[in-house]
Amino acid sequence: MTETNREPEAPGQTTETAEPAETTQPLLSVRDLVQEFVVREGGGTRAGIVQAVSSVSFDIMPGETLGIVGETGSGKSTLARAILQSPRPKSGSVVFRGSELTELRGRNLLAARQHMQFVFQDPFGSLDPKWTVRSIISEPLIAYSAGDRQARRKRVEELLDLVGLDPARYAKRHPRELSGGQAQRVAIARAVALEPDLLICDEAVSSLDVLIQAQVLNLFEKLRRELSLSYLFIAHDLALVKQVSDRVGVMYLGKFCEVGPGESVYKQPLHPYTRALLDSIPSTEPGAGRSTTTLRGEPPSPVSPPSGCRFRTRCPRAVDRCAEEVPQPRELLPGHLVACHFPLTEPAPATTAAAAAVSQ
Amino acid sequence: MSDALLAVDNLRVAFAAGGREVRAVDGVSYRVEPGKTLAIIGESGSGKTVGCRAIMGLLPTGTMISGSARLRGTELIGLSDSQLRKHRGSDIAMVFQDPARSLNPTMRIGSQITEAIRTHRKVSRSQAHDQAVELLRLVRIPAPDRRYHEYPHQLSGGMRQRVVIAIALACRPKLLIADEATTALDVTTQAQIMELMLDLQAEMGMSLIFISHDLGLAASYADEVVVMYAGKIVEQAQAKKLFGSGGTVRMRYTRALLDAIPHIERAAHTQLPVVSGRPPDPTALPAGCSFAPRCAHAADDCLATSPALAEHSPGHYWACWHPCENGVSA
Repeated sequence: MTETNREPEAPGQTTETAEPAETTQPLLSVRDLVQEFVVREGGGTRAGIVQAVSSVSFDIMPGETLGIVGETGSGKSTLARAILQSPRPKSGSVVFRGSELTELRGRNLLAARQHMQFVFQDPFGSLDPKWTVRSIISEPLIAYSAGDRQARRKRVEELLDLVGLDPARYAKRHPRELSGGQAQRVAIARAVALEPDLLICDEAVSSLDVLIQAQVLNLFEKLRRELSLSYLFIAHDLALVKQVSDRVGVMYLGKFCEVGPGESVYKQPLHPYTRALLDSIPSTEPGAGRSTTTLRGEPPSPVSPPSGCRFRTRCPRAVDRCAEEVPQPRELLPGHLVACHFPLTEPAPATTAAAAAVSQ
Repeated sequence: MSDALLAVDNLRVAFAAGGREVRAVDGVSYRVEPGKTLAIIGESGSGKTVGCRAIMGLLPTGTMISGSARLRGTELIGLSDSQLRKHRGSDIAMVFQDPARSLNPTMRIGSQITEAIRTHRKVSRSQAHDQAVELLRLVRIPAPDRRYHEYPHQLSGGMRQRVVIAIALACRPKLLIADEATTALDVTTQAQIMELMLDLQAEMGMSLIFISHDLGLAASYADEVVVMYAGKIVEQAQAKKLFGSGGTVRMRYTRALLDAIPHIERAAHTQLPVVSGRPPDPTALPAGCSFAPRCAHAADDCLATSPALAEHSPGHYWACWHPCENGVSA
């Protein structure tokens, strides 16, 4: 079933082209999602509102992996939590397996979320130190009354096998007796215990050493194939996201600035921000680091994002129009959208020099 | 080799843990030339940080340290705390991973920098102030006069790390040790901080040791690379000898590290070449090569005796009985 679905799908914002594979419904469909937080100063006075996620829309098809990259504060983790309804988004729609999650309450929300699981960055932070590995993995099975005691026992052992931990050695251990990689495997075993359709990974391998990270990435790949899982894979490491994703979205200050098939986004980035991110990756070419042009400055405060295009204050191509008009996503390559007035496929605007002076 | 700024010879660091000896650093030797950048690469627990902390005298009492670390001929190992304090900050400075923990949250940034200046130099308050603002400008913090009066929480992670670097540079050290200094930062900020450190290094003629788990960073920015595994150096060479076109990695562990890095050139969903298992328990190191239990090419001799680090070709050291041919893991 996954074979046909794995092909790059047109993103949600576009009108779908009628191909045979398009008959499947998206597994997750996010529309105009907005999440806001009130920022308070010392003493609790309201200092402003941060729109951490600002009208984000995308689809994830069954068996598909959408990767999201962005810097700290780009809103990528907030987006993941808003999808999970924890906390609830300010507005917008999240349709998962046909149900509108923003309208579900209590038991119904829990039932819908059974098929959507989370893996976080710090495995130790998400595992109760007093519990054994067996009870940690059994917990979701008990919570959703999946099988009797005997069946659960067997299921825990299957799950440990699946994530590459020997049940005889690890089932009775406590989290402190595990290494970082092993603890993350336990967290993954718990996440897939209820056979979810979607796994949301928020920097799930970022804290692991590179060799262990490769093991866990291969595990994700194995689970994708064997359980036909879909992933929303969030990370700041571009190469990592490329490795696991069918499509990749680049976030900046709460908005997608570019989204498209992984190969297309990395080989032919359309947004100047994506280009800058790609240029920042250390290469394994000696001395390469000294020649790269690094992005100037840091993201501006999300409390008062720049008018027009949010990236314009750091963009080498920004002109007056970028300050006046919010760029809308446009599909410039097949399935590849960019929100930029002057994407990299076009020559730089003539008045760049003047704009550069303004931004400094 | 006598012109080396820092010469580390046969450095050993051991702790007692639960009655057993943990050999965190086990006979490490390297040199740092003036104005050059050395990268020390390894996984968590490989001893890369402990070795540098031993040189700085930053390890708890009771740690067994032996061997030698000479800074311009002055032996640092075995110095008393007060003697070491003269070198720390003025000759060698260190920048750590988490800038939030390196800074005092209750002190203004400016005071933290002037404190560092006035600890080592006899200057007036106003001179220290001017130097601090100059340092903030040097690490390219915008509006240094205003930032001087701010607290750490008012700055972003990248800005805080710049402040930490400013403090480290307060007394113009000859050697800066950056311990995973960019690991917690975003890629764009990481690139900015690395560029900043290299620029300052060139301006001030300083040597740089950067400790990292990231071979990509080492390849891009270092002159010389040391790869550590289980407390030992397993491969050492110039970066250009190891990486890129014409580079040859010989040690199978280094190869495994390189192969495990996700590359944007690799197609999505491909299996990464992996090494099973994890680094050995430092209290019970295997008899032979420490990497042998995880190495696909381990033979009987690897399990029996540990290969010594030796210079197999000019300037290229490795410790392996069955090294990679032409850099490829065949």
